Amino acid sequence: MTANDFIQIGMYLVVLLLLIKPMGRYMAHVFADEPNRITRFGGGVERVIYRVCGIKSDEDMSWKRYAVAMLAFNVCGMLAVYLFQRTQQWLPLNPQHFPALSPDLSINTAISFITNTNWQAYSGESAMSYLTQMAALAVQNFMSAATGIAVLIAVVRGFARKTTKGIGNFWVDLTRTTLYILMPISFVLAMLLVSQGVIQNLKPYVDVPVVQTSTYANPVTDAAGNPVKDAQGNPETKPTPLTTQTLPMGPAASQIAIKMLGTNGGGFFGANSAHPYENPTPFSNFLEMLAIFLIPGGLCITFGEMVGDRRQGWAILATMLVIFIPLTIGVTAAEQAGNPILHSLSIDQHASALQSGGNMEGKETRFGVAASSLFTAITTAASCGAVNNMHDSLTPLGGLVPMWLMQLGEVVFGGVGSGLYGMLAFAVVAVFIAGLMVGRTPEYLGKKIEAYEMKMASLAVLIPCALVVICTAIAVMTPVATATVGNPGAHSFSEILYTVTSATNNNGSAFGGLSANIPFWNVMLSVCMFWARYTLAIAMLALAGSVAAKKHVPASAGTLPTHTPLFVTLLTSVVIIVGALTFLPALALGPIAEYLMSAH
Amino acid sequence: MGRLIRNALMMLLVMTVITGLVYPLVATGVAQVLFPHQANGSLVERDGKPIGSELIGQSFTDPKYFWGRPSATTPQPYNGTGSNGSNQGPSNPALHDAVQQRIDALHAADPGNTAPVPADLVTASGSGLDPEITPAAAQYQIARVARVRNVSVDQVQKLVTQATQGRQLGLLGEPRVNVLQLNLALDGLQQR
Repeated sequence: MTANDFIQIGMYLVVLLLLIKPMGRYMAHVFADEPNRITRFGGGVERVIYRVCGIKSDEDMSWKRYAVAMLAFNVCGMLAVYLFQRTQQWLPLNPQHFPALSPDLSINTAISFITNTNWQAYSGESAMSYLTQMAALAVQNFMSAATGIAVLIAVVRGFARKTTKGIGNFWVDLTRTTLYILMPISFVLAMLLVSQGVIQNLKPYVDVPVVQTSTYANPVTDAAGNPVKDAQGNPETKPTPLTTQTLPMGPAASQIAIKMLGTNGGGFFGANSAHPYENPTPFSNFLEMLAIFLIPGGLCITFGEMVGDRRQGWAILATMLVIFIPLTIGVTAAEQAGNPILHSLSIDQHASALQSGGNMEGKETRFGVAASSLFTAITTAASCGAVNNMHDSLTPLGGLVPMWLMQLGEVVFGGVGSGLYGMLAFAVVAVFIAGLMVGRTPEYLGKKIEAYEMKMASLAVLIPCALVVICTAIAVMTPVATATVGNPGAHSFSEILYTVTSATNNNGSAFGGLSANIPFWNVMLSVCMFWARYTLAIAMLALAGSVAAKKHVPASAGTLPTHTPLFVTLLTSVVIIVGALTFLPALALGPIAEYLMSAH
Repeated sequence: MGRLIRNALMMLLVMTVITGLVYPLVATGVAQVLFPHQANGSLVERDGKPIGSELIGQSFTDPKYFWGRPSATTPQPYNGTGSNGSNQGPSNPALHDAVQQRIDALHAADPGNTAPVPADLVTASGSGLDPEITPAAAQYQIARVARVRNVSVDQVQKLVTQATQGRQLGLLGEPRVNVLQLNLALDGLQQR
């Protein structure tokens, strides 16, 4: 690794930590039970929304009602996204006249966006109308993020409250998240991104003449649009002059801002944040990386404020950083070392004052190795899934890091809200294990952890693990699935494992060589995304409902304090051990095997 | 239950209007006023007509031009409506062969140059539209471009220096050279 690599990582962490505390305090005010300056300022708009929607904003929901409201809202969102995609050819703001998408792709995209996954089996600039991008996809970027944050706040209320049934009002939490947190920050971020060169318009695509004309091999298609093959079965091509380039347009910045801030990750363009119109400069890249961790990091502070003990929030944040930093250094070191199979060629992969060096396949010049590797670690630690370089072309160990960060259950920062409630499930498991060691009933935040809480926390921890392992096994036994891989050898298994891991943990990034737009993948990944997202959320809401009803137990000499370095170590170990025990065998067949085979 | 579903539908409708129409349209309006050049694609114009974008690379294969990053878009390289990387895995023999072919093409255009080729000049970019190369990749090509164009190395070196951007704010990202702007400047050199 070079000095520049450390500077870029260090600078990011410093700026992030400076922003997290004010952000967390602000969000704590937004969700406070008592009215304050923020909620009074927007109170008029809130009341209009509640009246139009027929919502009783003073209703304190039980966990079941909260869960049903959340599910009903998300299913309605899914139907809306589906319908927009199926009817976009008749709707306005479609200057490129894109046709409707296929039913299985539409349902996959709809579930992908309501679950905050943003897995994309389509390429935005050649499939989606501006209206679909704005009014279907970007709306769910907001709503899925707000859903995650709302559920987290309800879970935290469960720990903070005593002997009550209610854990808050889903509609109020959703509305406040959108109005006071997501919209204002997105707007400012969108304008900053435009200043760097991200586009924001409603114009049709622009054709420009190219400076140097050339010819390219254009595949021949028959009348039905199928490729024509020659006698050997190779696609036939004919030399075609290349005289113009079509530049895509569209309302990109407004969607990209919320895509980063809400840890959604669904690109406006196919190449996502590697696209120069989506992430044009190193500064826009820095902003996008900050936006990913801003809310998941800030919510740790919010959590500490809401449970009345700030140290609890810092302990969780420390745990996340203890896992995040070494893995970031790992992926950067692997990428900076370059691709070993190219060393024998006449190629210079060494870092110097004139180039970043390293493995540049799939990376953009303006980001080089450091800003690409850091982005990779951030986007997979958080369940964002935006990419500024092609993960499929990462070195074997460089590709292992993002895969494993997702497999840890997306709890290292994780998705907005969902990352922290996932981590709280691990915290419950951690205090339980500590309780077993000394033979006492475990407590967390003054609440006794008993059989019911343990069942819910275990479900939240184990469901994604089980889904990934089982569905990967199904995929590798299915010929139509194994036919979609884009690379040979151990890497082909990595592609399948990455695909299932990404969908199940609601990340959405991809080893893009795999051609995912076939009914098998569209359907199976839809099931993975839906089940993992909602079973986890409902299990955690059930846990919250249960602890909310309990008395507060004062800390005694036998209580394990949960704000100490000892607890941070314990929690880190639990996360790592569950992730390692479940996935090391699978990782050994993919990235580790590829590393060993390409090293010499 | 019926009330919940009514609430959900109405909430979705209201939020679609706020976040799906008002927000992007206001953002478009403000962006068009504050940053019209960037919001419309950072187009480069000659004689009032757009001839490219500062941010979107074009394909250059003629030895008289600086070449950009290899592009994996299909069917043509630098396809503006099909951004994509190669997605070739690190141990894929096809990647090894593609890199070898690109090295061979550079050697064929400039047989005298036996220095190792900077990595970015023979590996496909992530978007397939990368507008830039590293300063190392520009230095590698200066002698060839000067020879083919019959101009002095110093003149070309000067244009490369002008087209080079350092780290943003002195710290962020990597130094880089915009290929389209450099090549337009080269063409301008000869017209004078």
